[in-house]
Amino acid sequence: MIDDTVELRVNGHLMRAAHGSSVASALIAAGITRFRSSTTGEPRAPVCGMGVCFECRVTIDGMPHQRACLVGVQSGMSVTTGEET
Amino acid sequence: MSVKLQPAEVVVVGGGPAGIAAAVCAAEARRGARVVLVDEGFAPGGQIWRTGPGLRPPRLARHWTERLAASGAWVQSQTSVVDVRRDGDGFRVLCETSGQALTVSCGRIVLATGARERFLPFPGWTLPNVMGIGGIQALLKAGTSFRGQRIIIAGSGPLMLPVAASLTSAGGRVLMVAEQTSAKRLALFTASLWRSPARLGQAALLRAKFFASSYETGTWVKSAIGDKAMRSVMITNGKRERILDCDVLCTGFGLVPNSELARLLGCAVDGRRVVVDDVQQTTAVGAYCAGEPTGIGGVERSLVEGEIAGRSAMGESVSMQVRSRRAALHRYAEGLTRAFELRDELRTLAGGDTVVCRCEDVRMRDIDPAWTSRQAKLYTRAGMGACQGRICGAALDCLMGWTPDSVRPPIEPARVATLLDEAKL
Amino acid sequence: MTATPRADAIVVGAGIVGAACALALANDGWRVIVVDAEFPAAGTTSVGMGHLVAMDDSPEQLALTAYSLQLWNELAPQLDTRAEREPCGTLWVAEDGEQLAAVESKRFTYQSVGLDAELLDEQSLMEAEPNVRRGLAGALRVPGDSVVYPPGATLCMLDLARARGATVRERTRVREIGAHAVVCEHDTLRAEIVVNAAGPSAAMLTPGLPIVPRKGHLAITDRYHGFCRHQLVELGYLTSAHVMTNESVAFNLQPRQTGQVLIGSSRELVGWDATLNHDILRRMLARAVEFVPSLRDLSIIRCWTGFRPATPDKLPLIGRWPPVDGLYIAAGHEGLGITSSLGTARLLADEVAARASAIDRAPFSPSRVLDARASVGSHA
Repeated sequence: MIDDTVELRVNGHLMRAAHGSSVASALIAAGITRFRSSTTGEPRAPVCGMGVCFECRVTIDGMPHQRACLVGVQSGMSVTTGEET
Repeated sequence: MSVKLQPAEVVVVGGGPAGIAAAVCAAEARRGARVVLVDEGFAPGGQIWRTGPGLRPPRLARHWTERLAASGAWVQSQTSVVDVRRDGDGFRVLCETSGQALTVSCGRIVLATGARERFLPFPGWTLPNVMGIGGIQALLKAGTSFRGQRIIIAGSGPLMLPVAASLTSAGGRVLMVAEQTSAKRLALFTASLWRSPARLGQAALLRAKFFASSYETGTWVKSAIGDKAMRSVMITNGKRERILDCDVLCTGFGLVPNSELARLLGCAVDGRRVVVDDVQQTTAVGAYCAGEPTGIGGVERSLVEGEIAGRSAMGESVSMQVRSRRAALHRYAEGLTRAFELRDELRTLAGGDTVVCRCEDVRMRDIDPAWTSRQAKLYTRAGMGACQGRICGAALDCLMGWTPDSVRPPIEPARVATLLDEAKL
Repeated sequence: MTATPRADAIVVGAGIVGAACALALANDGWRVIVVDAEFPAAGTTSVGMGHLVAMDDSPEQLALTAYSLQLWNELAPQLDTRAEREPCGTLWVAEDGEQLAAVESKRFTYQSVGLDAELLDEQSLMEAEPNVRRGLAGALRVPGDSVVYPPGATLCMLDLARARGATVRERTRVREIGAHAVVCEHDTLRAEIVVNAAGPSAAMLTPGLPIVPRKGHLAITDRYHGFCRHQLVELGYLTSAHVMTNESVAFNLQPRQTGQVLIGSSRELVGWDATLNHDILRRMLARAVEFVPSLRDLSIIRCWTGFRPATPDKLPLIGRWPPVDGLYIAAGHEGLGITSSLGTARLLADEVAARASAIDRAPFSPSRVLDARASVGSHA
């Protein structure tokens, strides 16, 4: 059986996600409901799924403001959520 | 490493049905001429034909993507267009891909930038677990599991049924599909489908596909309820209100053209629709537009417009047969728009506290309807955030009757490095 | 005894200068009408940086800006959150030893007019701003400078003026300014005094004003809280701003309350052409990256252009315009309109009231334009 998954780190925890899936889908699978905080501190999560609403922004490999719905999971990737506005 | 692609005869922006058709037809019209397709997604398909892990695209999508692969067109995926400028008689396109600059110059450009969902604000709409209808479809295709999740779909338009079907097939429990349009209007629309046997069959298939679900017309969402995330929804039909518990609320009220790039190039627009002539050319000479940005109308309309735009951009003529196919599809699209017109109640769902601009947390009470969209932006920051008014702008146009403000580059966020590195290319 | 409000004063232009003038005149008991072709802050006020800065390109400029900063401090308690005032201070950055020496003398100049200024060496500069590059010589820190959001501040001032009886007429295009009169599209307003505060368009309404549009570019990033703490300006800014070359760029970086970083600046004389010039934009960004290399990684979400109202001697025109009865000018502030709005308004109100001002008004007198022309004429 071919393991078509990659390993990535989400908020410090290791998890596996299907190759070709988006970071957003991996984060939802990890149970994340707060992807980011709004400017007044409200919890926010993906809405449009296509890179238009910018609500799914997370920090990937140290780069903030990455739209999780547009980025594919990569082996060794490190994602942190909930911090940025 | 920043990259400069070889100059192309035609660059197509957007890899959905219209863009794929444009690239294919341009490349097939003149073998050997260089065609480049720039697309943000992992692979061509746009939204409606999006592929993902474990997915088999529909037959029509496979047909076109196979033709694309055989056409010789260069497909530049995972690449966002940041800016397009005139360069002599042609254009210079600046993109960002994996954080690096990419440029390509071309003689003609085809804008096939598709559409996005229109979200209307209502109390609780910004809570996690409230997402778009196209949004949940995109997330589903990108690998998200909604197995066992209780889902309510409340919005407007023909998108809702195929999405309900996809979710059900993937193990989701679609509790309700609430269409704001009245039963009477919907009946008029489905009656008009007799003109297209294929679509009638499709509709019948869809009805069969989802069971354990109720489909209600003249029904809409009033509010989403929850603390850190949505956990229940208030639904109304104007007479009776109900509160239903669920795990996901999908909402969306039709589609809005992604006309930012066209407006950046100075193309004339009618509202948000890009104005094009008989051969899909915009008012910016050498710039063509095809698909949803010229008017929302579905896959087949996008394909025929893409075909015309691709051939025209390559300087080839377009047959009467193709033009009359387009005319028929335009008529269908107009029927669609009329059938799913938004009811007045949707314009007054938001309370004073309801966030209108999500990027900047601007609330309804902060906005004076007497303002112009530019005043609202300057006075409240609505539209100044990361999405540059794509979401709140479409909502405020609907609620206030405003028209969009001018577009400035970059039309997608671009690193300072990308803007600098362009000079080296 | 109830004071009878005096006859009307009309202020043409509801930008920050017009708003400040309206407030100052209303405070003096004038019944003010502010007229704007679009809406408050629609023009230059909405496109600039909002830097409240003491500028020492000339003693007169320093006097006006220092006085204005004092007035901003006095006004502060009355400004609400719309003004987004951030007391971040300015760092004038020196690239080399020669510039550091110039910074020494700049410090002396500031201190001589009562402004705090502190010299930082390379080490202290990097502690104050961790993202600046190594190898800069140092900086002058001016803690009394700050940043505001100009449209917000303008709305605050207009609200204060309204509380004292002023009214604002939006979407009213002025065709002509005459003696004690403002001719609009559908009616003519008459008043004892008229103030032309129309920014770069001032010369269209009052022919003969030597005000020309000087184009600038700006770029703003997404939110990066803490990326920079002060407004950062290179010393070369003084040369760029205050020498009338055809085009120039100078490093100017501003942290906004939102965490966004505003990047400037550029200057060009190209008439009213507002199209983005990508070469100039790149030069501006490149210059910024020379001082703050990690700027390269930040995401720009929008770029735009605007027009500063520039005069040949770099000083604004504040006061009576003799050729037209009842007409006063409050325009031509180049890049200092936000700062100098309050000082301008006070000097103007003083002149209207025939009161002495806290600083010498003479250098700003619009008459100087006519005197200069007369003396040229007499040599012809």
